[in-house]
Amino acid sequence: MADIVFEYQVDGSDYHRAGEASRSTKSNLKKLGFPSDIIRRVGICMYEGEINMVIHADGGVAKVVIGLDDITIILKDKGPGIPNIDLAMQEGWSTADAQANDLGFGAGMGLPNMKRCSDEMNIDTVVGEGTTVTMKIKTK
Amino acid sequence: MTVRELKEALGLTVFCAGNEDAEVTGGYCGDLLSWVMGRAEEGNVWLTIMSNQNVAAVAVMTDISCIVLTEGVKPDDALLSRCETEEINLLGTGLSTYQAAAELAKALAE
Repeated sequence: MADIVFEYQVDGSDYHRAGEASRSTKSNLKKLGFPSDIIRRVGICMYEGEINMVIHADGGVAKVVIGLDDITIILKDKGPGIPNIDLAMQEGWSTADAQANDLGFGAGMGLPNMKRCSDEMNIDTVVGEGTTVTMKIKTK
Repeated sequence: MTVRELKEALGLTVFCAGNEDAEVTGGYCGDLLSWVMGRAEEGNVWLTIMSNQNVAAVAVMTDISCIVLTEGVKPDDALLSRCETEEINLLGTGLSTYQAAAELAKALAE
């Protein structure tokens, strides 16, 4: 059986509307009959990633691949890159701006949440070129 | 306890009614969205003073049972309209977050 793929353009200009891709993915997974704990983990991983793309990278592309044994989320942006991944993975570390903070973002918990809710996470980043975050959630 | 029973027990204001039969499993207090994403559990009541539409997105992602805006905070129009679209229970109280959490704990213990 071929993988099912959903692809979304994440608009980087509007903090308020961030989360459209995650919401759509969640609703698609519900229709496909996945258990609620899997859907919840995918939703959290993807929403945190989507917010990161809006806050730090002026948007990007989010792709969700539903395979036989797992769901893979690939978030690709052309933002500034992450100079120090170890630092970025620390709870509480954030470089988000005041606008993000006013809306309740920028707690420095995004990447740690993504790591915790996924079974595998890989960050491929080049400073000045962009970042691709790949997360896998096992469904079997 | 359901959201409907909680609403009656605490005399909460209803800004938007979703599934009021949803079961309340406990509560989480917080205004930083990623803390809520990481810590709130399915079915929790989320007590917050944040009132922008990102709150609705977090509610959807975490499968909480309802949002309670504390300290007399009112939702902005975008949050209200988002909650209506997503059928999210959006409630309010004049109590402080601390008092509301204490009342919630009392109601859940009864």
